[in-house]
Amino acid sequence: MSSSDRDDPAKRASGLEAAFDEPAFVPYLAAGDPDFESSLEYVEALARGGADVIELGLPFSEPIAEGPTIQRAVARALSSGMTPERYFEFCERLDVDVPLVCMTYYNLIYQYGDEPVRSFVERAAAVGIEGFVVPDLPAEEADLLREACDEFGLDLIFIVAPTTRGERLERIMAQVSGYVYVQARLGVTGARETVSDHTAESLQRIAERGGSAATDVPKAVGFGISSGEQAAAVVEAGADGVIVGSALVDIVAEGDETGRPTDAVAADLEAMARELKEGALAGGQRRPRPERT
Amino acid sequence: MSNSETKFGDYGGQYVPEALMPAIEELTDAYERYVLDNEDGFVDEFRNRLRDFGGRPTPLGRADQLSERYGHEIYLKREDLVHGGAHKLNNALGQVLLAKYMGKERIIAETGAGQHGTATAMAAAHLDVPCEIYMGRRDINRQRPNVFRMRINGAEVNPVDVGRGTLKEAISETMRDWATTVETTHYVIGSVVGPAPFPAMVRDFQSVISEEAREQAIERTGGLPGTVVACAGGGSNTMGAFAEFVDDEGVDLIAVEAGGSALDVDEERGVAPNSASLSIGEEGVLHGARTKLLQDGHGQIMESHSISSGLDYSGVGPELAHLVDVGRVTPATVGDDAALEAFHRLSTDEGIIPALETAHAFGFLEEALGGDDATKLAEPIVVNVSGRGDKDLEAVIEETEARELPNAPTMEVFE
Ligand SMILES: Cc1ncc(COP(=O)(O)O)c(C=O)c1O
Repeated sequence: MSSSDRDDPAKRASGLEAAFDEPAFVPYLAAGDPDFESSLEYVEALARGGADVIELGLPFSEPIAEGPTIQRAVARALSSGMTPERYFEFCERLDVDVPLVCMTYYNLIYQYGDEPVRSFVERAAAVGIEGFVVPDLPAEEADLLREACDEFGLDLIFIVAPTTRGERLERIMAQVSGYVYVQARLGVTGARETVSDHTAESLQRIAERGGSAATDVPKAVGFGISSGEQAAAVVEAGADGVIVGSALVDIVAEGDETGRPTDAVAADLEAMARELKEGALAGGQRRPRPERT
Repeated sequence: MSNSETKFGDYGGQYVPEALMPAIEELTDAYERYVLDNEDGFVDEFRNRLRDFGGRPTPLGRADQLSERYGHEIYLKREDLVHGGAHKLNNALGQVLLAKYMGKERIIAETGAGQHGTATAMAAAHLDVPCEIYMGRRDINRQRPNVFRMRINGAEVNPVDVGRGTLKEAISETMRDWATTVETTHYVIGSVVGPAPFPAMVRDFQSVISEEAREQAIERTGGLPGTVVACAGGGSNTMGAFAEFVDDEGVDLIAVEAGGSALDVDEERGVAPNSASLSIGEEGVLHGARTKLLQDGHGQIMESHSISSGLDYSGVGPELAHLVDVGRVTPATVGDDAALEAFHRLSTDEGIIPALETAHAFGFLEEALGGDDATKLAEPIVVNVSGRGDKDLEAVIEETEARELPNAPTMEVFE
């Protein structure tokens, strides 16, 4: 990549954007929840159920952007021995042909290896990770990670919140690649009964203020989506994809608490994934969707 | 217009979820206008309320018995006499007032020892703003009187059950509330920690301590102190006591951390039996700032420990971490036993019952000046009495009974 390409957000991306050619389903699970081997099966089940990208959480002890469901998932994964190195092994062991995005907090990226940030990104690239979501790293603090991602050809996904407006939005859109994570509501992660009505408004704002990236970079909406019908509504409102975490983690948690067999939990995850993917596709049919170029 | 500091050397910064960034920009703007530039007379109103409501200025008094015991001139800066019983009100009053100037309708805060929660609840009642406090379950159990004080002042207290139930979890949970309610709510952070502009702003509100102490020392002793000693959890009483002396190069600044029960760490269990992030911590990112942290080799944050809830934290303010790195502030540690012993000494010798946090600063005096191999500290010494110990009595009774201390009175109950 030439340096002028690097300054041009539209030319930064690797393979993630292609995953949004049709309305995409992007699930999240914490790697190692509740243990390494079951978690591998669960993530593979999501891929079978139609996941287009998988956000794989590397658990951090202080998950300040997470609600109770994912906090508990993170605690289960940590107590089963998940570490950054085990996480990379986990990625290598995974048998899926869906792009992986690493979702974690900055301190783990910063502490890994000899060169802060760069060592982590290099290792992530080596195990096939294609991008990052780092909830405690706003655009202001992201230069090091952006540089390392550019060096190794990875995408850096940023979150756009309901409070993100004006110049901030423009700055983020100029740095983002892969997809934009549109946070559907204020607050922390967690499944909700209803879809936030901020969604359409947020997508509208991005279209107006996002510059060229607003049309080039897919927009995936997350925070609170828990059913196929909600997924459909979000895509109908203009999203290129839906991100679903807590609703899936709930299935893992219940399986763990009630001692259900791993394959039964995996089957439920696959069915839920299918419902969400079908919901996303149905939402796409319900709206006249201009072709992305 | 004055600009606020966001970084202190490599430390500081703004590592928070995007949803909070617009609020942090708004707060930065308000801090610069009202606090740094005194727009609308904010600083004047703050000073007046510190006097009329907070009881400032606090005295600088000579500690006669300690001066004799250690053969050093020792003075006490009496923040325990601030309304509420700790330095915490200086910051809480400043931030609640700022929230009002910003038009915020609701206040949230975390608390460890309950002192910051209490101060925030008092300030919120005084300025008529609804207030909710997050407090770890473990701290609720060891600081019960403060839980009731907060409620009696009209605040709602929300227990935090995750993790070990101490300050670290309470801060995380308050940040989660803020991420949900940010449009109407101001988060009154309780120490010089968190994302910019909090560390600089909280320091500015607390620097009234050293502003007064500097003048008082000159008036009382004819010159600047040789040494200033303060305990350090997040480091707000510390930065408050140091701020106006940082440029006085002849004044030694000593930050006393909680050495807990031991200074090593258990990587395997992710536990540090101390809260000595300045002394043994490594650089990392927690709760919005890059600073020195107790963390394992992977970057997971370790659980800390101290006999005093207010020092029981895995991080420390970024400016303090920077001042230690550049050699301007010297860190020291005092363990649980020595702190408890110092608690009793100040109580019996000087008639001042200090907070357990504060007792660490006095434990340092004993360790530096009390033994046969006593070092010498530059005189006069000013010790910041960050708070009074009423809140700690239940814990002190229990912890004293569990130990053989040379200087503690009996804790037996009368039949
Ligand atoms: C009396 C007293 N001193 C000190 C502290 C420690 O906080 P900081 O290090 O921010 O001064 C506390 C915290 O609760 C406290 O209550």
